[in-house]
Amino acid sequence: MNVSYRWLRALAPELEDAPARVAERLAMVGAPVDALVALGDQLAGVVIARVERVQRHPNADRLTLCEVDAGQATRLQVVCGAPNVRAGAYYPFAPVGATLPGGLEIRAAKIRGVVSHGMLCSERELGLGRDHTGILELHGRFTPGEPFAEALELNDVRLLLDVTPNRPDLLSHYGVARELAPGGEAGLRLAGFPSLEDGSAGAPLAALDEQIRFVVAAREESTGGVRVVLDDARGCPRYLGAVIRDVSVGPPPEWLAARLRAVGLRPINNVVDATNYVLFELGQPLHAFDLDRLRGPAVVIRRARADERMRTLDGEERVLHEELLVIADAERACAVAGVMGGAESEVTSATRNVFLECALFEPKTIRRSARALGLSTDASYRFERGVDPEGMERATRRALALIVAVAGGRVESVAVDLHPQPRAAPVVGLRPARVSQVLGADFDEGGVTRYLEPLGFRAVGRVGDAVHFRVPGHRWYDVTREIDLIEEVARRHGYDQFADELRAFRPSVVPDDPMAQLEDRLRTLLVARGFLEARSASFASEGEGDVALLNALSQAEAWLRASIAKGLLHRLEHNFTRGARHVRLFEIGTVFQPSPAGQPPREATHLAAVFTGARLPPHWSEATAAFDVWDLKALLLELARVLGLGSAAVVPGSGDRARGAVAVVDELAFQLRDDRGQVGWGGRVAAEAVDAPAWADPIWALEVRLSPEMAVREPPVLRALPAFPAVERDLALVVRDDQAAAAIEAAIRAAAGRQLEYVAPFDLYRGPGISEGQRSIAYRLRFRAPDRTLTDREVDDVVARVVDRLREEFGVQLRA
Amino acid sequence: MKQASELLRDLEALEREARAAIADATTTDALEGIRIRLLGRKEGRLTAVLRRLGEIAVEERPALGAAANRVKSALTELLGARAAELGAGAARVPGVDLTLPGRDQWAGARHPVTLVIDEICRVFQSLGFTRVRGPEAETDWYNFISLNTPLDHPAADLHDTFYVSDGILLRSHTSPVQIRTMQAFQPPIRVVVPGLVYRRDPFDASHAPAFEQIEGLAVDQGVSFVDLKATLAEFARRLFGRRATVRFRPSFFPFTEPSAEVDVSCILCGGSGCSTCKGTGWLEIMGAGMVHPAVFENVGYDAERYTGFAFGMGPARVAMVRYGIADIRMLYEADVRFLEQFA
Repeated sequence: MNVSYRWLRALAPELEDAPARVAERLAMVGAPVDALVALGDQLAGVVIARVERVQRHPNADRLTLCEVDAGQATRLQVVCGAPNVRAGAYYPFAPVGATLPGGLEIRAAKIRGVVSHGMLCSERELGLGRDHTGILELHGRFTPGEPFAEALELNDVRLLLDVTPNRPDLLSHYGVARELAPGGEAGLRLAGFPSLEDGSAGAPLAALDEQIRFVVAAREESTGGVRVVLDDARGCPRYLGAVIRDVSVGPPPEWLAARLRAVGLRPINNVVDATNYVLFELGQPLHAFDLDRLRGPAVVIRRARADERMRTLDGEERVLHEELLVIADAERACAVAGVMGGAESEVTSATRNVFLECALFEPKTIRRSARALGLSTDASYRFERGVDPEGMERATRRALALIVAVAGGRVESVAVDLHPQPRAAPVVGLRPARVSQVLGADFDEGGVTRYLEPLGFRAVGRVGDAVHFRVPGHRWYDVTREIDLIEEVARRHGYDQFADELRAFRPSVVPDDPMAQLEDRLRTLLVARGFLEARSASFASEGEGDVALLNALSQAEAWLRASIAKGLLHRLEHNFTRGARHVRLFEIGTVFQPSPAGQPPREATHLAAVFTGARLPPHWSEATAAFDVWDLKALLLELARVLGLGSAAVVPGSGDRARGAVAVVDELAFQLRDDRGQVGWGGRVAAEAVDAPAWADPIWALEVRLSPEMAVREPPVLRALPAFPAVERDLALVVRDDQAAAAIEAAIRAAAGRQLEYVAPFDLYRGPGISEGQRSIAYRLRFRAPDRTLTDREVDDVVARVVDRLREEFGVQLRA
Repeated sequence: MKQASELLRDLEALEREARAAIADATTTDALEGIRIRLLGRKEGRLTAVLRRLGEIAVEERPALGAAANRVKSALTELLGARAAELGAGAARVPGVDLTLPGRDQWAGARHPVTLVIDEICRVFQSLGFTRVRGPEAETDWYNFISLNTPLDHPAADLHDTFYVSDGILLRSHTSPVQIRTMQAFQPPIRVVVPGLVYRRDPFDASHAPAFEQIEGLAVDQGVSFVDLKATLAEFARRLFGRRATVRFRPSFFPFTEPSAEVDVSCILCGGSGCSTCKGTGWLEIMGAGMVHPAVFENVGYDAERYTGFAFGMGPARVAMVRYGIADIRMLYEADVRFLEQFA
């Protein structure tokens, strides 16, 4: 909402705050000002001049030589190129020495041999608009030489207001002024309008006001020979109409044009501008129809017929449907109600008679229409949020008076007011004790009343401990219950007036989320291992997700991800293209799986990591080794430990792969399992799964589904430290390649029994001395008894048992 | 007899020259040469100065002697330090040059937004809140209707929402978790809700279609607007420092009333105005308000008995201000050159 500071001051004469202070106060009212735009201050040098004589330029057909009265002792000679210059008219004039908004400095210059002492200006040259077809002719009474910006009230400040959807009352100057004026609504004044310069206005405006009588009817009534029929009272609870005859449509007077320009509107003609003026002043959208273009003549408020067509004011041919509310004449739709008028019934310079509409449209109806047509207009914006049902007659009278003041004509004395079900103003009770309870500070009846009455609320009685307030029309939409009044009290009291005082509270009964704790532990682990945490949007392209969005932003973001590792590989590609070779990324986030229709997709929290490049930062002391499968396996085991999956959780083989999962090299892949099944995987990413440059090292990835059970941590039970020494033995075994090391190790453990404390391979050898298809694995075994020192003989016996078992079970030989 | 002042000047000049020469030396041999020229027993210039002390009047000798000794020990110290720098150690233990770089580990890092979320949650945990979370895909009842936002009200336009199917959407705020928490528990409730939310805004420098939010909710008997204000003011002080202040401005959210925009005094300029706060001295960080009675009614709470406050904030925005990140896209690109800076 654009607000003119001058306009505000005109409505609230006692408002003395400077624009910057007004902006501060509006922020504290709840309508922050996004920007303050100074208007007209670049026009300081421009004055108003009257052209006294116009002659042909002696040396140029298209130029004229003007004698100009700019308030100086002598008339000035000015060369002008505009086709519309005429003697006796007033124009903005930039004398020698003035600077125009574009930075052009005016100097005395010879144009085709004749000296020009200044420049008559167009709208565009003054930065007021786009029109450059001619110089800007001013309509009104002026004194040559008077400063242009002041005379036209152009030196103004435009405030760009950010109005929340609950406050349609702030979409007008009157509503904004109500918040700001000392004393609120009581301090506001709607001044009369200056009448037409040539005095052709009809009766004085006050008398005009008395002449007009609104005839209230339910569904149908006539005004000035126009039959007005309210066919759809659901979409239009109330409709006022009036007829003005014999208007002279033309340019608006300068004061009116200036007001509209100040709020960013382009002046169109005096009648249309009068309706826009009232819209911005009182917040009530109005529409003027060219009465002679309405067949019947009739005005019918009804739903559109299927495939009914009309051309709207923006020139678009619209195909309507039965959802849309229209204003029709006896035969066809003439306007999309509350959104935009029709081109055919538009008020033009040829218009003589006008039908003025002032309607109350139902917000949802207008919202649907505006959406269906893809339009948002000043009118639809206000109707969607709600206009003041109690201000309609005032707005109509104000618009009629303004039209007569600026366009002449006479108003038919009978106007219609179709209002099938008049609604009583809502009354809302407010308990001062409840105000104190919610706000945490003490309020009494007098206090709340003093805050509410300036906004138009009226205390109308008491029931029990509640004071009852009548809600004014401009607040019917957002004030419907007690809490709404409490907010008004808090606002008027001033949010900054409440204490900053920490008071006692009871602690939360809600337990801290175990998953949040688990994720925290995983982050700590991975960060300690040199991984960088990524965060990415949950979107994926087709083939990378199983849940589609209905209204995606792009093809690449049309699905919800089923795997996080897949997305991380894209992030890896991003890093590869920037030359990064050593990349270690992890992410914890949500993945989505489809669920039965009507239910939200199933969600799971996953941890994924991808890594490539050197295992350690390159160092001068040794050749840099790239990450290999043993780094992956160790990381998986570490994760299994933190997730409480146990040591048997990491199993070779890629296992079940979900659709859309990352392709891995089967021979270099693991599953991560808990006692119920697979919970993750890890492996070397297959070459086709990622776009890697030739210099890239092998790429490793893993992904684990996290669950709340994993967050449960059993406290460790301490084992007593050993009291007796251990005995170690090394065994070098020759093992066939098709015999898994894990099986050998299991056999060693089984054969050795309880005294085997530790067994692990410490060397692996192939080559001379070992035949093809075999390898030598050297194991270190450590034995210990809890209650005595083991003798060499005891240990030798156990080792012999182990060797026998291995020979019998696997045919394994000791290496010679 | 030599003047003491003359000798003092020589000493000062000598020190100046010696300091420069030591700094310029690039080899241990060169350094050794400097040492001999200065402190050598026979030819050393400083040695020569000390010898000349004998030419000075007796009463002036102690002061001058002290000055000469100070210069001598300072230069000796400097020579030693520079020698260590130049790897003189390598000469002592063959094969070990301690000036070579040590063996590093890769440095990992939490994401900057995680850092901020963790810190915000820690502050609220110290104020008696616990963490809860909820689903990112929701029904429109949880995302809008239960939160007093009719689907056909202009307020629903404030969030342009992603839909998965009819009535199923990606949550546009973390507020649905308010509802889920109140459905599962009876007061007293004090929770913070970190999580990802979705809006149909294409990526640009200041928008992302998915970003993090932290919701807060406190419900009990007697919770008031003053509690809301004091809690958020204390939060701001704990997160941004004791001098931080907050400003509450009236605003509108359908599920709170009274509602407020909460500004925090700019953490960069302290309130005097800078480019980050666009000259206002304030950063718009949070929305907040008293839980609307309609929301309580939707979860079956007695709105007369219980009152509460709720708030929401964007940790990504806080991270951007705090770490000087100009473009929000950097947060979600996973560029290692960016992420490494938070190690």
